[in-house]
Amino acid sequence: MSRLFTVEPLGEDALLLRFGSAIDATINQHVHACAALLRRERPAWLLDVVPAFATLAVCVDLDAMSDVADPLGAVRGWLATRDFDAIADGHLPAVGSHQIRVRYGGDYGPDLDAVAAHAGLSPEQVVQRHASAEYRVGMLGFAAGFPYLIGMDASIAMPRRATPRIEVHAGSVGIAGAQTGIYPRSGPGGWQIIGRTDALLFDAARAPVTLLEPGDLVRFVDASRSAGPNA
Amino acid sequence: MSVLVISPGLLSSVQDDGRQAWRHLGVGRSGALDAYSYSIANRLVGNATGLAAIEITLTGPRLHFEHAARVAICGAQIDADVDGLAIPCWRRVDLPAGSVLQLGACRLGARAYLAIAGGLDCEPLLGSRSTDLRAAFGGVAGRPLSAGDRLVVADGFRPDCSEPVIDARWVDPAPDLDLARPAIVHLLPGHDAITDDHALFATAWKVSAASNRQGLRLQGPGLTIADPQERISEPVMPGTLQLPADGQPILLLADAQTHGGYPRIAHAIRADLPRLAQLRPGDALRFVRCDAALAERKRIEQRQRLVRMSIALG
Repeated sequence: MSRLFTVEPLGEDALLLRFGSAIDATINQHVHACAALLRRERPAWLLDVVPAFATLAVCVDLDAMSDVADPLGAVRGWLATRDFDAIADGHLPAVGSHQIRVRYGGDYGPDLDAVAAHAGLSPEQVVQRHASAEYRVGMLGFAAGFPYLIGMDASIAMPRRATPRIEVHAGSVGIAGAQTGIYPRSGPGGWQIIGRTDALLFDAARAPVTLLEPGDLVRFVDASRSAGPNA
Repeated sequence: MSVLVISPGLLSSVQDDGRQAWRHLGVGRSGALDAYSYSIANRLVGNATGLAAIEITLTGPRLHFEHAARVAICGAQIDADVDGLAIPCWRRVDLPAGSVLQLGACRLGARAYLAIAGGLDCEPLLGSRSTDLRAAFGGVAGRPLSAGDRLVVADGFRPDCSEPVIDARWVDPAPDLDLARPAIVHLLPGHDAITDDHALFATAWKVSAASNRQGLRLQGPGLTIADPQERISEPVMPGTLQLPADGQPILLLADAQTHGGYPRIAHAIRADLPRLAQLRPGDALRFVRCDAALAERKRIEQRQRLVRMSIALG
């Protein structure tokens, strides 16, 4: 068994590997490393591995295990025979890294001034701090291709808007608590919007369909002063 | 061949058996909410498993068949006629070219499935033709059907008839789907305890009008989570029973988001998802306790009945 996680049922056809119950950079890295290991092994019954901040769902194709009496029990047994020790010892797989150009403030980031006021900083300082950190895609969720990025400078954290916006523009970069994220498509949303990117986060007809994979590294580049569309 | 949508009904969309492998990218399952009725409709018209059909919600579309077609309607008990001739559900029906199929109100249940021999031919995305209404892709431009849409049907059996021909054989979906009986849903334990388990299982929960393909919002006595601390987002699945702070549970269905921060107090078993998909606003449902062994037995029995049905329909 692994020192990294405990195993819980998640309904009839999934198990949940629990690494912790808080948002923590090291725990989240372990989640993604274990997800990569399971994806590499790709047993026939494995439908999907779904990372979250501190948990990892293992989705099981029960139809591929129709000859097994206790499918989830069998998956638990299989997990117990995998070797996660290297991950626990800090050997982590390589991940993708991305630079995303963002135009901050103005119409692109209508909440930049509010975030600055909340932080007791100037808008320029907020942009500088937001664009100088390295972020990890803690998970993709809420909407298709929506990245929850962890690693933001705590000084620019701010709760969600009391009243969500009815329409947030696609590509909007927002802050919610200690996290930052990007809206893949236009729609309602409550994050504090500080900027916008032209990068296409999700396109079901493209391969790969998402710009970012869970576990990838992201940096924002301040493109506020350059003209024209950019990504 | 193609089918013209004259009027779309309340919420009709292209669905198949959904996307199972993309939750890690935030992409939900989609697919027929009542996968059992959907499967039977496909079997009745001789389609292979997983071909795309039309899912109808509460009130159906009016469709013009430009060519002859073999169809079947399963799921909700829905009014249907072709040029004045009533069309029964759970049967194979052959329609001549030029037929106008009028689907009316669902009398019992909420969702009906119209399968057409050959299946609907739209572009598969991420391995499925299902409409993902939340992410707006798949099916017809990622949206519900609308008047004037022309749905292409792939090659399949084309009857040669000048009048509608209704097959004498029909399928009885009970006990897997019995809309005349109250809904009783089996629950597996969840991650988060509530203070009063009895209230969950003793209550006749009412389905709220705010329910949709993402989930059933249930109304009843407020439930209280034993440990009310804030939680971070964790994976959720179709069938997960969430408990928001207002104490009114939400039972997630096929369009469930991939992650959620609400406590997960239980999970409905797969064999009961079809009955859940047929609940209408105002309907009542009750929960009973279940364990993994019973869930598995019910799932296997349901699958075996589907297989036997396929053989019988041969």
